[in-house]
Amino acid sequence: MDTFLQQVINGLTLGCVYAVVALGYTMVYGIIQLINFAHGEVVMIGCMTAFSVIVALAGSGLPPIAIVLLGTSAAVPVCMIVGYVIERVAYRPLRNAPRLAPLITAIGVSIVLQHLALLVWSRNIIAFPQIIQLKLFRLGHSDTSAAISNVQVAVIVASVVMMAGLLLLVHRTKVGIAMRATSQNPLVAGLMGVDVNRVISFTFVVGAALGAVAGVMVGTYYGIAHYQMGFLLGLKAFSAAVLGGIGNLAGAVLGGILMGLIEALGAGYVGDFTNVCFLDKFLPGFSNACFASPESSLFGSNYKDVYAFIVLILVLVFRPSGLLGERVGDRA
Amino acid sequence: MSLLALEALEVAYGGIRAVKGIDLAVESGELVCLIGANGAGKTTTLRAVTGLVPAAGGRVLYDGADISRLRVHEIARRGLALVPEGRGVFPQLTIEENLAMGAYARSERSAVRADEERVYGLFPRLKERRRQTAGTLSGGEQQMLAMARALMSRPRLLALDEPSMGLAPIMVEKVFEVIRAIAAEGVTLLLVEQNARLALETSHRGYVLEGGLVTLQGEARALLGDPRVREAYLGE
Repeated sequence: MDTFLQQVINGLTLGCVYAVVALGYTMVYGIIQLINFAHGEVVMIGCMTAFSVIVALAGSGLPPIAIVLLGTSAAVPVCMIVGYVIERVAYRPLRNAPRLAPLITAIGVSIVLQHLALLVWSRNIIAFPQIIQLKLFRLGHSDTSAAISNVQVAVIVASVVMMAGLLLLVHRTKVGIAMRATSQNPLVAGLMGVDVNRVISFTFVVGAALGAVAGVMVGTYYGIAHYQMGFLLGLKAFSAAVLGGIGNLAGAVLGGILMGLIEALGAGYVGDFTNVCFLDKFLPGFSNACFASPESSLFGSNYKDVYAFIVLILVLVFRPSGLLGERVGDRA
Repeated sequence: MSLLALEALEVAYGGIRAVKGIDLAVESGELVCLIGANGAGKTTTLRAVTGLVPAAGGRVLYDGADISRLRVHEIARRGLALVPEGRGVFPQLTIEENLAMGAYARSERSAVRADEERVYGLFPRLKERRRQTAGTLSGGEQQMLAMARALMSRPRLLALDEPSMGLAPIMVEKVFEVIRAIAAEGVTLLLVEQNARLALETSHRGYVLEGGLVTLQGEARALLGDPRVREAYLGE
């Protein structure tokens, strides 16, 4: 039970990060039906920028929380600019091109950003300075009870605040209504006096800002960063967006959290269920393996990256429109 | 000076000229209609006026300035509104939100609220359903919403593209009642319509388009009596 609870807490934390990143994918898809594959790289750049600031300030004597906040407030504008430039330079000229062209461009942008990051931050795995003292809050009385750390609490709270803020922005403000109108019919939105290009830029910039914060969260949570980290993270968040129904904000949140839980529980339990001695009780042929190495499993926790894609495949086969999606996508 | 004047307007789609040099004028306070068969260039003319398609030649003068190079939203912000063919309501926005989009370029809140009440007065059905999404409305109600939304921008010139298309006869009558009410308020109207009789009976002046050119023009009453119009468009 403690293990289960612990994996749920870990999964929720991870799921919140996926959800925030998935929102960036789904917002852009919602408005111009483009899968912005470079979004994972925007998250990476946010993480790296925050890293540079945190390293520079680590010895300054400022309180750790202030350093992380300063890192975040540097990462956010940097990513907003990156998001704006990507749209302006790479996607806008292809607005009316066949759908495959911007998709391939997105992959190209992603490679370009990775290599820019490589030039700036080197090809090494970068360790975040451990400035935040990890505190564990036990959820039970024994020392083995499930625990939630202060970093996990911060990640979850920050994510929930951002998601709520985004929902308010999209549903309660004038620019939010204009975003939804543009996604439903850009030509008519123009007839209403909406500068459609500006609304699209705004969408990219907001998505990139969320991505920046997600990058800082990933960096401080795992304590490491790498110029290729955006690829897998982006792909998982994209899978989460598809799981929830791409183009749907609530779907991205739901899909992200489910994805985090699936990954954490998968990593926690699939190893036990595929342990060779456990399998020996039900299936013939495992007794030698159990005798030789009783600890080994067919699928260990190192398979955790696989679950996201199993989910993606299942969704695409059985419910292509996603859990909360209505329109069945016939688009690239 | 006319509020809207087209001078030798040409529009081409991929090399094919759909509008081949149209001269047309709408005076302030007038209700002018454009009639003609399918493919005569009526809708294309409206699309060029509102910036949805670029003009291939000629000029579009609105309030004395050439607007043919402006972008769609810039033209809209000058007070030239279009109710597009097929209504173009935002199906997943509520009626209230659709109306808010109509007033998007305006900042005076109290005046916008007053106009909202005004259009609800004109279209009571919309008020009853203001929290429903527009996609749940019937075709006629969507046409009403599209017109109400356009009025929310306080247009100086309102262009309507086929407002009667696909509507039941009773709805058509209602739509034209509203058009007359809008005209009576002093809004200048440019109406594109397949139902030539209804359009001419409602308008002050009319233009007949054929193959991308204006073939006849004049007082609506005179056109109603013109034997060529009667034969080709009124089915007599």
